[in-house]
Amino acid sequence: MDKRTTEREVVAELFDGMTLGIGGWGSRRKPMSLVREILRSSLKDLTVVTYGGPDAGLLCAAGRVKRLIYGFVSLDSIPLEPHFRKARQAGSFEASELDEGMLQWGLYAAALRLPFLPTRAGLGTDVPGINPEIRTVRSPYDDGEELLAMPAIELDAALIHMNRADARGNGQFLGPDLYFDDLYCMAAKRRFMSCEKIVETSELSQLGSMHTLKINRSMVDGVIEAPGGAHFTECPPDYGRDEAFQKAYAATAKDEDAFAAFKSRYLECEDEADYQKAVQDAREGASA
Amino acid sequence: MSDIRRSEICIAAVADVFRGDGEILASSFGTVPAIAARLARLSFEPDLMMTDGIACLTANVAPVSGAEAEDPIFEGWMPFRTVFDHLWNGRRHVVMIASQIDRFGNHNFACIGPHEKPKAQLLGMRGAPGNTIHHTTSYWIPNHSPKVFVEKVDVVSGVGYDRAKALGERSARFHEIRRVVSNLGVFDFDTPEHSMRLASTHPGVSVEQIVEATGFELAIPDAVPETRAPSASELVIIRERLDPANVREREVPHPES
Repeated sequence: MDKRTTEREVVAELFDGMTLGIGGWGSRRKPMSLVREILRSSLKDLTVVTYGGPDAGLLCAAGRVKRLIYGFVSLDSIPLEPHFRKARQAGSFEASELDEGMLQWGLYAAALRLPFLPTRAGLGTDVPGINPEIRTVRSPYDDGEELLAMPAIELDAALIHMNRADARGNGQFLGPDLYFDDLYCMAAKRRFMSCEKIVETSELSQLGSMHTLKINRSMVDGVIEAPGGAHFTECPPDYGRDEAFQKAYAATAKDEDAFAAFKSRYLECEDEADYQKAVQDAREGASA
Repeated sequence: MSDIRRSEICIAAVADVFRGDGEILASSFGTVPAIAARLARLSFEPDLMMTDGIACLTANVAPVSGAEAEDPIFEGWMPFRTVFDHLWNGRRHVVMIASQIDRFGNHNFACIGPHEKPKAQLLGMRGAPGNTIHHTTSYWIPNHSPKVFVEKVDVVSGVGYDRAKALGERSARFHEIRRVVSNLGVFDFDTPEHSMRLASTHPGVSVEQIVEATGFELAIPDAVPETRAPSASELVIIRERLDPANVREREVPHPES
């Protein structure tokens, strides 16, 4: 089965009010070309589930997020995502803040079709207070230990970005960490994977060890070839983070004119190719 | 050595929190803790494990500033999923920074003000809830003040002793806040109710100065010792091996300078 599709076709399948999981971690291997396509659409009232980076920052800044389920929102080299910070301090969305491990547990529970998974993480903190739907459960065994029952986080759709994939939806990460991208796919009804390059299935095992093939085709409904699709987040070994671009993006949180210029240059593009050209032009302008 | 700087006192004090930890993952946030964990590893706790901050355990110790001494030797793969497994398994001691901490060690670096609409969004919960309930935690506070040492934290991201007690012995059996190190002194929870106690004052700091900079009532023993100075060999490791560019002083300026 050929699952190749485009950002535009994927976003046409998304709907207002849905719960959307976005893979990657902080400013690392984020499916940014799909996020940019969402920003070009009219999608709104989203519940976004993420180990957040600029995906969360951009969607919050654009007013598309009704509720954010997250453990953090960071740009890594800039510890706190400034657009997220601004939106939080304006109280512009419902903040379902979790411990990082609880977020994994919620996705894992959904992936395994369980109602919850028990954990100690969150006990004794204000996480349950911030998330009043979270309850505790008592071990049915002799220990009788009380644990937090992390509810499954079921996703309507998941977006992830891989280094390589085939047209059938087998995905390959070639960097140091898969993060939780497999769990996002398994927790979601519809699963979309962008990648740096679509290759023949027979090439995959030549590009990396079998351990890099963690996304199998039953976990994916659509594959998008998006070279540079994770920009400006990192996507090693294909490319590192565009720190200069990220720094400029971060600075726009404190300068409305600069943010308007950023939006007009990079977010109001015709399509992803147009965006990549704008980035390239800026790079050449800087080095000229 | 009379030329020992406050930052170096702090580094030795944070290094000491790892004493006796053996073969566990030492994680640190902030400049002083980064140097301190490496100092412990290079001196009295050689079995400590560390990551490269990305996804690998490294068998050699990279400096915190200056040129990289050598290529990293990877001794294990530790992506985030394995980090979570590892820390829930308990073989870890983390040093986190606190934006606010109270007398029972409840910790906040999530936000200032009400969580629904904070006055200042900080880091968020990150891994603090899972860390503090699963393994040993210590805190590093580079700027000791009543704004940080508060009567009540705005949001609890890391579990303190009173809340651990309320959870019951079984749920909280892995909870331990070993020590709090600030730019002024060292603190532990060695009191009957596990409230914060002044364990030592850094050279040149008075008990009164610490009391004044603390927004809650500290337990203060009759005799408060002075925080130890790093040894001559530790100073060499700090100054020449780990932080030749002296970034430590940016986090902890020396009082006179």
